Amino acid sequence: MMRTLGHIVTRDVLLAMRRRADVATTLFFFVIVASLFPLGVGPEPKLLRAMAPGILWVAALLASMLSLGRLFDADYADGSLEQLMLAPEPLAMVVIGKVMAHWLISGLPLVLIAPVIALQFDLPTGSLGTLFLALLLGTPLLSLIGAIGAALTVGVRGGGVLVSLLVLPLYVPVLVFGAGAVDASTTGMDASGHLSILGALLLLGMVLAPWATAAALRISLE
Amino acid sequence: MLEIIGLGCVRGERRLFGNVSFTLEPGGLIWIQGGNGSGKTTLLRTLCGLTQAMAGEVRWRGEPIRAWGEDYRRELTYIGHANGLKEELSARENLLVAARLASQPASRVEVDGALQDMGLAGREHLPVKFLSQGQRRRAALARLKLAQPRPLWLLDEPFNALDAHAVAGVRKIMEGHLARGGMIALTSHQDVGVQATDTQTLRLDA
Repeated sequence: MMRTLGHIVTRDVLLAMRRRADVATTLFFFVIVASLFPLGVGPEPKLLRAMAPGILWVAALLASMLSLGRLFDADYADGSLEQLMLAPEPLAMVVIGKVMAHWLISGLPLVLIAPVIALQFDLPTGSLGTLFLALLLGTPLLSLIGAIGAALTVGVRGGGVLVSLLVLPLYVPVLVFGAGAVDASTTGMDASGHLSILGALLLLGMVLAPWATAAALRISLE
Repeated sequence: MLEIIGLGCVRGERRLFGNVSFTLEPGGLIWIQGGNGSGKTTLLRTLCGLTQAMAGEVRWRGEPIRAWGEDYRRELTYIGHANGLKEELSARENLLVAARLASQPASRVEVDGALQDMGLAGREHLPVKFLSQGQRRRAALARLKLAQPRPLWLLDEPFNALDAHAVAGVRKIMEGHLARGGMIALTSHQDVGVQATDTQTLRLDA
């Protein structure tokens, strides 16, 4: 079972390496959206510092959503999704593999680059660590929740817009507690409460989202 | 042994087929015929368990396939209308990945041998996007060479886009499978022409 998981992750990461442009698009989207704000709002350090957590998280949310379309659609189009569903393993296991790969490709680079981007907003160095941790806990959750939406819209024309309508409202708790954690640390408060809730949400997502995604895939491929 | 009992399928509002029954014994082949949109693909997908039947039952070795769960998928190989190949990967990589995901790991030598048998020698390393439609179909069908231990083969239009030479090759692979006691259900618009002791035909739009 674990071996199948590994095979799917390696397959998807290998595919992403063959299409590096796709990976770069997500990352640059995040960098550009986050960089537009300091340019548009003006170089007022106090204002930027106050806005930074929200902006960085919204940019992360949008960037993560941008790559959701590729999660199942390409596999659906060339018939390999059918083959994945016929693998002699529980479908939820296949889904976990796909979600892990999605996070490695689109979430992890974002987590790593976010502290650098945050420097534009004059975030205190102490908050950079919190931002990193919050994103580390939050971005896998974005991939998990997003997979449900992506599975529901597999093969639907114009599914990209639909998936954002489905998924963005579900991203709200991640946004609230993720941005809340960074916000707390910039004002010198303890962020561990927010981080704990993010961690709890992640555990809940890890248990529930793969089953929901598997059920959605079965319905979509009927 | 695969038993189909009173199978019926509905697509949207339309009834595709109803009351389809047949039994496939080891060494047997069934050729599913019918016009476009008569439900051939849906029937094959129902046999895989990808689509739920509205009525009737599919049984494998006496048990409903639902009861078999994932283990049923260990018994079958399905080659659909779409080839299931990733364009960015080479034919060799595609086969290696497919074999691993099907829990039938194959070595590089075995994979290259299968591709060679399908006439793709020297093209194993080319990304699939550089292959022609016929060559892609050949690469997809090369999976059959690796799937020989699986008793049940479900093939959707296997001869599509193939030239006469490749068709003959695929027929030979199928004959070998039947001789080993395998079972094949396939759809095809052209003559199947496989020499088998037990060949049935099923017309869906009749």
